[in-house]
Amino acid sequence: MSNVLVLVDHTAGVVRKTTAELLTIARRLGEPVAVFIGDGVQDALPALGQYGATKVIALTNPELSQYLVSPKAEALQQVAAKIEPSAILISSNAEGKEIAARLAVKLESGLITDAVDVQEGPVTTQSVFAGNFTVKSKITKGIAVITVKPNAATPEAAETSPEVEEFDVTISDAAKTARITESKPRAATGRPELTEAAIIVSGGRGTGGDFAPVEAFADSLGAAVGASRAAVDSGWYPHAYQVGQTGKTVSPQLYVAAGISGAIQHRAGMQTSKTIVAINKDNEAPIFELVDFGVVGDLHKVLPAATEEVTKRKS
Amino acid sequence: MKIVVCAKFVPDATADRRFRPEDNTVDRAGVDGLLSELDEYAVETALTVKEAGDAEVTILTVGPEQAADAVKKGLQMGADAGVHVLDDAIHGSDAVATSLVLSKALAKLEADLVVFGMSSTDGGMGVVPAMVSERLGLPAVTLGSEVTVDGTTVRIRRDGDTASDTVEGTLPLVLSVSDQANEPRYPSFKGIMAAKKKPVETWSLADLEITPEQVGSWTEVIEVTARPARTAGTIVTDEDGSGAGQLVEFLSTNKFL
Repeated sequence: MSNVLVLVDHTAGVVRKTTAELLTIARRLGEPVAVFIGDGVQDALPALGQYGATKVIALTNPELSQYLVSPKAEALQQVAAKIEPSAILISSNAEGKEIAARLAVKLESGLITDAVDVQEGPVTTQSVFAGNFTVKSKITKGIAVITVKPNAATPEAAETSPEVEEFDVTISDAAKTARITESKPRAATGRPELTEAAIIVSGGRGTGGDFAPVEAFADSLGAAVGASRAAVDSGWYPHAYQVGQTGKTVSPQLYVAAGISGAIQHRAGMQTSKTIVAINKDNEAPIFELVDFGVVGDLHKVLPAATEEVTKRKS
Repeated sequence: MKIVVCAKFVPDATADRRFRPEDNTVDRAGVDGLLSELDEYAVETALTVKEAGDAEVTILTVGPEQAADAVKKGLQMGADAGVHVLDDAIHGSDAVATSLVLSKALAKLEADLVVFGMSSTDGGMGVVPAMVSERLGLPAVTLGSEVTVDGTTVRIRRDGDTASDTVEGTLPLVLSVSDQANEPRYPSFKGIMAAKKKPVETWSLADLEITPEQVGSWTEVIEVTARPARTAGTIVTDEDGSGAGQLVEFLSTNKFL
């Protein structure tokens, strides 16, 4: 069986769920080999073994974290030269996509981004044109470089005891030209990560800038909070939480749109959600064309009452 | 300073976007198209830099004949010149091939600052800026929500998922900007009239010393399926105050509680 590289997505050794999904997908294609960049590989080992990594390649060169993506792409190229994988799987976030982009150029390989499913072949599935089409594709040249969106697979455990192999990489000066000079961590919200959440409650123009009812309802459901572009552009909620074409594309089990009209820009980011619920004062809002359940009413009345009811039922 | 904005002509997102049945490529000729909305932020960034100092702004596009409209829009907004790489062999090219064509054109233009939007509104991959940076060996500062050009230093604020970073690099470099970076201007009547006299060059692959074998796609679409329309849902009104109760009942029935 051929090797399939998986770039581990982690924070100081805490492996994100997306990596378990990538390892699960990698097992369909071959032998999963995890590539771990940074500190904390020993902490990550149990999680990587649980989802079937046959080997873990650890890259600890500090320069890999000081600069943007270029050194990481160089490192992966060097790992690929040694391991000779048939495919490389990377999480489809801003950094992952840039790493994949550079890698595809370096390896002279085809690139597919934002896969929502990957099966043997590899054959990828993507959701395009605001979710109006589903496209199945394959890569016809080189090592298949694929970025995979969160929730593309249900993680399936397959216990292994992978060995850690330290790997020395050489980073060129050319890769060290864009520097991160300052980093302000965002305060943790305690809510699930937007792109990985099973339930999302989003607020739009109809909140009038008051997200408290949206947040309270989200918390009662254990959901992530999102926002429409109108709300973000008005400065009511940070851009990191924007759902839509220029924000995050999400596909949760349940999406609740509160005070969001449902412009194409927003629909592009959420219309592949399994179940869609909307609350809007305007009964002609286009969002109602998408919903499984809709309430024509004022979110400032409906959400607090619903929050109370959910809390009561859960207790 | 020579600023080049890479602009893409895309099918209008509000129109009926589709694929060509004969080869499963995006139908760019049979539907209305326009300058990708997200590239307007790149044009605005370039014009702001130009107005603060001494610079010339060129709009560069790669695409079919109608893609000239994307160049025209940039010129109407205030750019100085345009370049349109037009060649039948480019049809169906993927991001890797497009980045090759752009890189050769950018080298020929001797760009100091290359500006992109965050992604196209059709393919939406957002990978071409990184690929061009890789090919030209230039630093890339990407997804800027705030851009400052200070002499030869370009500094951006990049709002990531877990942190807000300040990232900087030195010219020549590749920059991409998000839709948070600015408010793109509308072309003025004067701008629209002036655009008609601005120089636009059309280049072929041969002009860039690229052979037809070097473009095309290293990915192949096997199957395109239109997503089935969502079935009509239940809509209730909250006039009598029963909306919240019915909503929670729906969530409970569908096991979301």
